[in-house]
Amino acid sequence: MNFDQTEEQQLLGDSLRKFLARDYDFERRKKIVASATGWSEPVWATFAEMGLTSLPFATDLGGFGGGAVDMMGVMEAIGEAMVVEPYLPTVGLAGRLVERTGSEAQKKAMIPDVIAGRTRLAFAHIEREARYNAAQVATKAKKAGTGWTLHGEKCVALGAAAASHLVVSARTAGKPANAAGISLFLVEREAPGVVLKEYRTLDEQRAADVLLDGVKVGAGALLGDEGHGYDAIEEALDFATALLCSEAVGAMKSANDATLEYLKTRKQFGVPIGTFQALQHRMVDMFVALEQSRSMACLAASKADGATSQSDRMRSISAAKIRIADACRLVSQEAVQLHGGMGMTEELKVSHTFRRLTMIAQQFGDADHHLERFAALG
Amino acid sequence: MDLNYSKEELAFRDEVRGWLKENLPADLRDKVAGHKELGREDLLRWHRILAKKGWVAPAWPKEWGGPGWNIVQRFLFEEECGYAGTPPLIPFGLTMCAPVLMHFGTEEQKKKFLPPIYNGDVFWCQGYSEPGSGSDLASLKTKAVREGDHYIVNGQKIWTTLGHFADWIFCLVRTDSGVAKRQDGISFLLIDMKTPGITVRPLILMDGGHEVNEVFFDNVKVPVENLVFEEGKGWTVAKYLLGFERLNTGRVGASKRELANLKAFAAKQMNNGKPLLEDPRFRDKLSRVEVELMALEITNLRFLDTMRRTKQPPGADVSMLKIKGTEIQQSLTELAMQAVGPLAQPFKPTNGSSDFDDYTAGLAPRYCNYRKTTIYAGSNEIQRNIIAKMTLGL
Repeated sequence: MNFDQTEEQQLLGDSLRKFLARDYDFERRKKIVASATGWSEPVWATFAEMGLTSLPFATDLGGFGGGAVDMMGVMEAIGEAMVVEPYLPTVGLAGRLVERTGSEAQKKAMIPDVIAGRTRLAFAHIEREARYNAAQVATKAKKAGTGWTLHGEKCVALGAAAASHLVVSARTAGKPANAAGISLFLVEREAPGVVLKEYRTLDEQRAADVLLDGVKVGAGALLGDEGHGYDAIEEALDFATALLCSEAVGAMKSANDATLEYLKTRKQFGVPIGTFQALQHRMVDMFVALEQSRSMACLAASKADGATSQSDRMRSISAAKIRIADACRLVSQEAVQLHGGMGMTEELKVSHTFRRLTMIAQQFGDADHHLERFAALG
Repeated sequence: MDLNYSKEELAFRDEVRGWLKENLPADLRDKVAGHKELGREDLLRWHRILAKKGWVAPAWPKEWGGPGWNIVQRFLFEEECGYAGTPPLIPFGLTMCAPVLMHFGTEEQKKKFLPPIYNGDVFWCQGYSEPGSGSDLASLKTKAVREGDHYIVNGQKIWTTLGHFADWIFCLVRTDSGVAKRQDGISFLLIDMKTPGITVRPLILMDGGHEVNEVFFDNVKVPVENLVFEEGKGWTVAKYLLGFERLNTGRVGASKRELANLKAFAAKQMNNGKPLLEDPRFRDKLSRVEVELMALEITNLRFLDTMRRTKQPPGADVSMLKIKGTEIQQSLTELAMQAVGPLAQPFKPTNGSSDFDDYTAGLAPRYCNYRKTTIYAGSNEIQRNIIAKMTLGL
């Protein structure tokens, strides 16, 4: 057991933080959010140049061959600046699924393009009845000749409109809540029958509901073995959750820094409001919540890269998400409260951080969902 | 970074586990499991068993008998002691007075006091709080006046934990009341409890237990060689010591044992035909405490890791270990009491005998007793003040 950071890991986070401080300040970000696509191609190109899009992929595909621990600093920087480009959906989730389940040919067709920044991927998985149950897949894939025809509707597919390909979960056997019988397909976003209803999310990212209306895909679209997609989905969601935990740490740090600064500068009754003990103690609780979360983000990343067993991985990552979901609520709510009326406005970054933290708390399973999974594993 | 244990670390854990199994006396283990009060000889017996093995002072440097363990080994040892249910090591000598002497003491003081602390020949207690000086420690009034080769000490200390077992007490006393800054007139004195003029009076807590005392000093003569560091610099010594005190209040190992016991109990305790552990309302509370404890465990390790890298004593933010550690301890005692339902009501003084089930009867008094944890060693509100001021700059 050790907490050592390699020079490379430190450098990755530091260089991204520097870039974001220079080229991705709050005003710049606002413009990107307001743009038609809601994300910036030049920013994405820079991510690729910096090697960020290569981080978790195998070296024989041109990747860096890293893991969640290597990505912690990057995710924290992304959280701090509230980057809206679909990095986690592409690199942490859909890319992970392709790499873990794809054939050599499928991987070679997709991953180098992702690494080069030429393309993005998204995971179209959640369905209206599913909440956080990853096995709740009603979308159907029916054999048609050598290929399949997909029917169904997915919702809140993060980064779907920016992606060239969607990884789609669909049922090839079994009932809607069975883990067995779920298969994964690589579907071109422009394929006939794929209809996207795109929208902005509360936290200023882009997502889409995806209608699959008789989408025909060839035999080469199936990722992994037919009917055996569930374990890969669970693993990829755990990996993405671990990354999200580090992103949350960055976002909470941003909220805490802004709040502390405000307590020191905002004056009422002739003194900085940070001299009031009632507010000091609340600020301390935010600080402690952040440090406890940072510890759990370390645990999540470490267990995503190598756990003693599958249940060790799942249990640890659920524990991290429970703690961090609770902390996201506390920190975001207190940050707004301590900012007073100004914290409610669009003008301050803290109201945007509030929205991001609110959504992170529920992304990939809220505290209740993970409490259920945590307790079930002993 | 890798939070999994290496093969070597697992082998070390197994060695400790095996040794504890062989060497923890059954009567002591039973007392701890039943939350019974431990006497002076119980505590010293276990101390001496560990001292003989060379494991009693994991954080001490090798020259004074430390085993030379790294932070992970120290952590594993504490955790295994927690699992095995060993008596606690009394911190006043080992982890409070000793680090202070190693840092501030003279060679003579180190030679005189450190070996008996290590060997468990001398039982120490702490003389900080006074009736008028609780959270506001720097207002303390116990006076020490220099007369030739001695200080004459007059005054009163309170909340002196295990003072009735102690051979020695380390005290904060006022040697100068004329200074502008109150902290400047305080000195750190080591006092033999057998010195004429010292009276110990028990304070019985609401669980019926005797662990704290009042200690009265009436013209107590203390040789000047028992002054640690310089006269008037006692506050510097006290702050150094408090960092170590807070590092130890997390009590992760002991809380892990309590959690494991509670889970085992709640798995057997039936509630509407199902184990209580499967009751979602109970289980979610328990899981949240477990998660907080997991986070604290890692936070604690991160602190130790930072100390290892920077070679600095713990900073002000170590206060968070005290805040979280004590909140967790209280939650666990509350859930344990809740788990036994109506059986929490029969009261049994911890020293008395009765027909009640030992495990259930101890839980409500323990819940009462543990309310102390967020008050002692600097109340949790004081800890928040410290972080606000020192870490956040408010």
